Amino acid sequence: MELLQRFAAGDLDAFEVLFRQHQKEVYAWVVRIVRDRGIAEDLTVETFWRIYRARARFNPEGNFQGWARRIATNAALDYLRSARHETELPEDLPSRPEPDPAVRRETREQIRGAFRQLPAKYRLVATLALIEEEPYNKIAEATGLSAGLVKIRVFRAVRMLRKTLSSLAVPLGANK
Amino acid sequence: MNEKDDKEIYELLKRSITPVVDTELRRDLWPEMLKKLSQQPARVPWFDWALAAVLGALLIVFPGAIPALLYHL
Repeated sequence: MELLQRFAAGDLDAFEVLFRQHQKEVYAWVVRIVRDRGIAEDLTVETFWRIYRARARFNPEGNFQGWARRIATNAALDYLRSARHETELPEDLPSRPEPDPAVRRETREQIRGAFRQLPAKYRLVATLALIEEEPYNKIAEATGLSAGLVKIRVFRAVRMLRKTLSSLAVPLGANK
Repeated sequence: MNEKDDKEIYELLKRSITPVVDTELRRDLWPEMLKKLSQQPARVPWFDWALAAVLGALLIVFPGAIPALLYHL
């Protein structure tokens, strides 16, 4: 029997093989959303736990990687919802390039704060589209939305950010 | 409010929050997975509970159906 069929039938060995094959890419996807290694590790395990529980609904002819990414995205979204007001965007997670020194630290903090305040579903797509520069189609596939709706959410996220920054009197034009 | 303002927000965002580069998983998470699998009790799906509740209610309302149910089990 094929690996995916064995997994769908509840074979734990098959699940372990799939886990080892896909844990890195699930982690890599989640860490870019939550931007914290420890939380991303927990969410990777949570993702595979959900995958294992839903194994009977998995179509062995289907795309396991895409299915896993979608479940991982939902797990990350649940985390963003639950931790919306507590989560900081860590400064120490290696990123590329370093934040622009031309942007004043205070302004940067205000922008990060405004970004944190976005509703989870907007923060998710804005992170993937604007910061990680993932293509809209890939985000759409991972979230189960249409590419058009992803674009609308990104657009609304930018509008919300602008409104928040305007209310904070952040000097937008002065940072260039 | 216009497209230029949106572009400016986008640029500021890009310069304030940068993409994550180090996305490498540093350890095998399978032991954690096994721990979670062993800790989680076998749960009865909500649908099964709902089905049992409906069946129980039907048997209370129509007790005459009990012999028929037992016959078909």
